[in-house]
Amino acid sequence: MTGEYFTTGEYAGTDAEVVVADVAVIGAGPAGIAAAASAAERGLRVALLDRGLESGGQIWRHINGVAIPRVAQQWLARLDKSGAQILRRTSVVDVSVDVAGFEILAESSGRALHIRVTNIILATGAREMFIPFDGWTLPGVMGIGGAQALLKSGGSFAGKRVVIAGSGPLMLPVAAALAESGARLVLVAEQAKRSAVARFAAGLWRTPSTLMQAARYRARFMSSSYSTGTWVTAAHGSDRLESVTVTNGRRTWRETADVLCTGYGLIPNVELARLIGCETRDGAVVVDDDQRTTIANVQAVGEVTGIGGAPLSLIEGEIAGLTVGSRLSVPLPLLRRRATFEAAARRMFDVFAPRAELRALPTPTTIVCRCEDVTYGVVQDAVCARQAKLHTRAGMGPCQGRTCMPGLEFLLAWHSDTVRPPIEPALVSILSSEVAKNAPSSFLSNSCVGDVYQ
Amino acid sequence: MTQYPDAVVIGAGIVGAACAEALARAGLKVLILDASFAGGGTTAAGMGHLVVMDDSPPQLALTAYSARLWTTLAPELPRNVEHDACGTLWVAEDDEQLEAVRAKQRVYADHGIAAETLSPAQLADAEPHLRPGLAGALHVPGDGVVYPPTAALALLQRAIANGAELREGVRVDAVGAREVIVGNERIACDCVINAAGAHAPELTPGIPIVPRKGHLVITDRYPGFCRHQLVELGYLASAHTMTTESVAFNVQPRATGQLLIGSSRELVGWDMNINRAIVRKMLDRALDFMPSLALTSAIRTWTGFRPATPDKLPLIGAWEDTPGLWIAAGHEGLGITTSLGTGQLLADLVVGHEPALDPVPYAPSRVLAGIGTH
Repeated sequence: MTGEYFTTGEYAGTDAEVVVADVAVIGAGPAGIAAAASAAERGLRVALLDRGLESGGQIWRHINGVAIPRVAQQWLARLDKSGAQILRRTSVVDVSVDVAGFEILAESSGRALHIRVTNIILATGAREMFIPFDGWTLPGVMGIGGAQALLKSGGSFAGKRVVIAGSGPLMLPVAAALAESGARLVLVAEQAKRSAVARFAAGLWRTPSTLMQAARYRARFMSSSYSTGTWVTAAHGSDRLESVTVTNGRRTWRETADVLCTGYGLIPNVELARLIGCETRDGAVVVDDDQRTTIANVQAVGEVTGIGGAPLSLIEGEIAGLTVGSRLSVPLPLLRRRATFEAAARRMFDVFAPRAELRALPTPTTIVCRCEDVTYGVVQDAVCARQAKLHTRAGMGPCQGRTCMPGLEFLLAWHSDTVRPPIEPALVSILSSEVAKNAPSSFLSNSCVGDVYQ
Repeated sequence: MTQYPDAVVIGAGIVGAACAEALARAGLKVLILDASFAGGGTTAAGMGHLVVMDDSPPQLALTAYSARLWTTLAPELPRNVEHDACGTLWVAEDDEQLEAVRAKQRVYADHGIAAETLSPAQLADAEPHLRPGLAGALHVPGDGVVYPPTAALALLQRAIANGAELREGVRVDAVGAREVIVGNERIACDCVINAAGAHAPELTPGIPIVPRKGHLVITDRYPGFCRHQLVELGYLASAHTMTTESVAFNVQPRATGQLLIGSSRELVGWDMNINRAIVRKMLDRALDFMPSLALTSAIRTWTGFRPATPDKLPLIGAWEDTPGLWIAAGHEGLGITTSLGTGQLLADLVVGHEPALDPVPYAPSRVLAGIGTH
């Protein structure tokens, strides 16, 4: 009977492994890589935790030998030399605070791992925001980031009629990559107004590399139609996607499509920060000039502090790596570069904010929670996320509302529910694991620089 | 509401909902007030185990009476209440506990409650994931499970169908003689029912109710993993003693296929944070009985506060210090089960009907007399 459920192997026992370090960096995207490398270069014992097989996060995903940008290669080489220890396939389940610092409970290949540190740098990144509409659960409908990930892992869209609809700068590179892979781009629909997008594009000169990128992307799908102020209101098909309904507020029409890529920008993954008690504002972790959160010895870098892209994430990571566990002052040029990118990020935030009309997207029969098959009509009257969860089961499935709740909070102006451990599903054996009093601990060393911890 | 209500029920948890349902069914005009939303307090945190318990004769009387009411009501409950007549297995670890199981069976038989003793082989057959070497169990087939928040909603909907009105997000500031004060508003009525659970003493000082914290863990879906509510016989001791901290093996199969793992008891005030140490202790206890739970995936933990009284019995009846004030609170960990019995008993007392069970052991006056504060 057991075999029906458990494919992850045998119960590994409650003996937990213990790792002791000065700093734990959680998340190995650009921000985490920069933070871990910069801190380790100072001689700190750094553990870089990531659930993936390879460092790089979502943006520098590089499986199957797919090429990554030069800057990514440089940072990965720097990380390699820095002496930071990378703990791959390690997901954080819980973080608790005591007088000695932090104890991170993680699951690593089915086993419990306890990581004791005095400092934490959160680099947990962001995920896509979805706004539910009729048909969004049909096969053939996917996230824009999901399509990008699929391409990077060798998926093919050759000959497929693809509609990309949503918001944000991620749509352009994904459209370009899809066009390159042989997809027939039917329509790229950006919900933001033409004037706002134009203003944003005009402001890109301030961050020249971004401008060049945007221009290159646009050139690669010139033949297809890019519309601003346009959005998809429904997806249709019997077994899988066949067509989508598109509107620009004045006119509504149908487009035949095999694939719809949708998503309304990125939202920071603040759950772990909230579990630790860090203050958040407008859905992002609040940090000071040194990337310090409101909780002592916890810093946050990259998208979790507000969506700003890889270049800003790298700068923030570097700043945290330089300031963690010390009062070193940050070099001025680094601070200036951060200010420039932050300004660009703020403009982006304004431009691509979802328009009010999108609040009318779901109908009473639209499924909002895919885990529990809950429709919009059922949750609509709830006054907060917690009430919806308790009364309707929305957000109570394995994903714990990570997919549906941000959209619902946008649609219905709900407050988020509290965050409690486990931060993501974890084996009961992991959750119950305790460090035996005489458990062997492995103290991370930093082989590259001597012990110059300051 | 232009016409003033006959009864104002404070608290739309399952006990308040059951009181409102019974009062409305008796023909009273009922207004229910809740500071937050219906079924969102202790009710939302509970397991929803409908269980006959025999810690004391009055507890047995109230739980058995309530169990009968649940059985009658069950066919009329909407599907989202997830009523499941799964029964309870009281698991005995050794021969001493098995002897206690047999004694328990005799007590149940005396009260007309069906129960059978399972041999180790029968127990292993009934629940293959329990560890080998257990001494046996008492099977109580009449017990069951509901999903508490929607159970409370279902009772409220029945009350509303009988003319009751529910106002959520309304915090009562004070309770007077035949009146309730909400901000600047005075709501006059014939009677007030304080069903505010662990918060009841905030409105009626002198009620000896304290929050007794509990933790629960829920897993992903494993349909058929276990078929009965499983409780170790030692649970009674855990629930009975008012020590600062205890855990007991208590696993429930949900209608969704999920497993609900409990239970813990702590006296730490209103601290709602997850206590990692006690969660580990609770899970260890569960793993001791069901080792393969180790490989199930836990998706969520939460805490809740049982309204605990010194003598482990709820307060149901008139609060003689204040004219027109009635109490229906202090149900500790049995509020879901005993809600229906409480509602019916309270309504019978309010309208002057002969109650189906002796109300004296639950009378709040025992507190004023200083009884039961051992």
